[in-house]
Amino acid sequence: MEKQLKILKYSDLSKLIEKFRSQGFPVLAPVRKGKVVEIEQVQSLDEIALDVLLSTQSAKKAAFPKVEKVLEYTLEKSGTKQFPVDPADYKETILFGVRPCDASGFKSLDAIFGEEPKDQFYLEKKEKSTIISFSCPVSDEYCFCTSVGGGPGNTAGSDLQFTGISKDEILVEILTEKGEKLAATFADLLTDAAKDIDKSKFLADVKVVFDVDGVVEKTTASFNNSALWLEQSLRCIGCGACAFVCPTCACFDFQDEQNTKKGVRLRLWDSCGFSLFTLHTSGHNPREVQSQRWRQRIMHKFAYMPEQLHVVGCEGCGRCSRACPVDMNIKEHLTAIGEMVKV
Amino acid sequence: MSDLIKKVTALLNDKTINAFIGYEKGSADRIRATFIRNEDQAQKLILNASCTQNLAGYLLKHEVKKLGKLGILANVAALRSIMQLASEFQIKDGEVYVLFANADGSLTEFTDFKSIEAFLETTDTGIKSEEQEMIAKLEAMTVNERWLFWNKEFEKCIKCYACRAACPMCYCHRCTTDVNQPQWIPVASHELGNLDYHLMRAMHLAGRCVNCGECATACPMDIPLNLLTYQLISPIKATFGATAGMKADAVYALSTYKPDDKENFII
Repeated sequence: MEKQLKILKYSDLSKLIEKFRSQGFPVLAPVRKGKVVEIEQVQSLDEIALDVLLSTQSAKKAAFPKVEKVLEYTLEKSGTKQFPVDPADYKETILFGVRPCDASGFKSLDAIFGEEPKDQFYLEKKEKSTIISFSCPVSDEYCFCTSVGGGPGNTAGSDLQFTGISKDEILVEILTEKGEKLAATFADLLTDAAKDIDKSKFLADVKVVFDVDGVVEKTTASFNNSALWLEQSLRCIGCGACAFVCPTCACFDFQDEQNTKKGVRLRLWDSCGFSLFTLHTSGHNPREVQSQRWRQRIMHKFAYMPEQLHVVGCEGCGRCSRACPVDMNIKEHLTAIGEMVKV
Repeated sequence: MSDLIKKVTALLNDKTINAFIGYEKGSADRIRATFIRNEDQAQKLILNASCTQNLAGYLLKHEVKKLGKLGILANVAALRSIMQLASEFQIKDGEVYVLFANADGSLTEFTDFKSIEAFLETTDTGIKSEEQEMIAKLEAMTVNERWLFWNKEFEKCIKCYACRAACPMCYCHRCTTDVNQPQWIPVASHELGNLDYHLMRAMHLAGRCVNCGECATACPMDIPLNLLTYQLISPIKATFGATAGMKADAVYALSTYKPDDKENFII
């Protein structure tokens, strides 16, 4: 659909949240919790931290939570009875105040979970989420969205995007039919915007630091370059912080929790950074050392996903680097790969 | 050229060591670990008040060990980690070349465990005062208040295991958390899974924690995990007279039995 531009007053934001709440929509938004910023359900505008650069974790948990029940069952003499979770029961949800890299991160997740067999748990939650992103007025040294095809005002994946254009006014871009449907519920708060508003004036300046096509090409060719991966990962301690804050990491594990009578099947986040991730029952581990696991992380995003799903699996949000306890900086590592003369 | 760079270059050139674990400038204002194997790389070494990470955990990392004989820039916490790891038979005397940076920037060399022990005896190895205050606050709480405090903190946990990965004492080849036959600790990062994991980890570190605080520093969700294990330091000392990481041949309090052990902790 053709994009529509409207103006919303900052002073009407709290009315907006009230409207969403009165229609029964859960609203998920960034909330400050000490030093971390979580995306969680809010009741009113004053709980929302709109001035933060980025939430600590990405918004992916709205459709792909860290722990998700997918099945309940009972163990009876006559056999096992299954009570699957029905994705149709998921609620329509609004994701409010997330960043463009969160919204575009869902594009990668859509590609992963949309592959056959389709992942109904993710897809249904995603389908029922309306994403209102806020473009970025500021960035920091960890941001590199513009190097991976995104940007501080990138609208990919957003249904609506808000951009502050003065201290009183927000430019509202209505981008999808879902966005249009939601905007209709607060049409009384919107006025028409001038067609010639230059949004870019209000966005952070995020410099392009590498050529993504070159990085994809060189990463793809570097599987056997063990010296490269070892050099980059010597300080990596093999935790899952990077994967768990990442907007596009989608690996998961299933665990059954049961007693003698009943049980639940849970889907849980997993990470290729863990040594256990590829450990076989035999005791053999095809990714025996951390450098191989780091290679997997980079190659999955910059070789396998481009090849198989035609998307780069990275939004350049830099969350992994900020969260890393030992300062593994992905922007720096990708730049180094891009600058390699010989692969 | 700094004394550190000179020293490390000399150690590498005369083959005393093959690699040196130190600090380099990281992203933004961060400092990070670096693994120096030649004179060129040695130029990256820095030493300042922000170099606080306990690097001793790297001494057991497979790919770091494969670099050959290691040297390390140790702070007090790293010295204690080395002592504790030695007492647990993870590092042998003379296996690691240790440099310690004194407050005035001068360097002290430790080539054997005895000299580290002697140094630690006269060094302040205690918990920082702000951490002591937090522990005092926790101890002043009722059991119920403390339970609520920790449950609220654990709610934030995403089970990325950064605390375990950053801890120099969490070197188990197969952590109890990862054992699945039987499954002692629920894998899920839900209320019970988080609680079980952190309590198990704290118990496993009772009498072994060298109060470096790497677990809390590593946590991306800002959970003050160090307080859990710090709280166990004084009861262990009071009960068994043992402090972790002071002697290379110490016997771990919780893995030994003496007929005259106090049993007042048994409910």
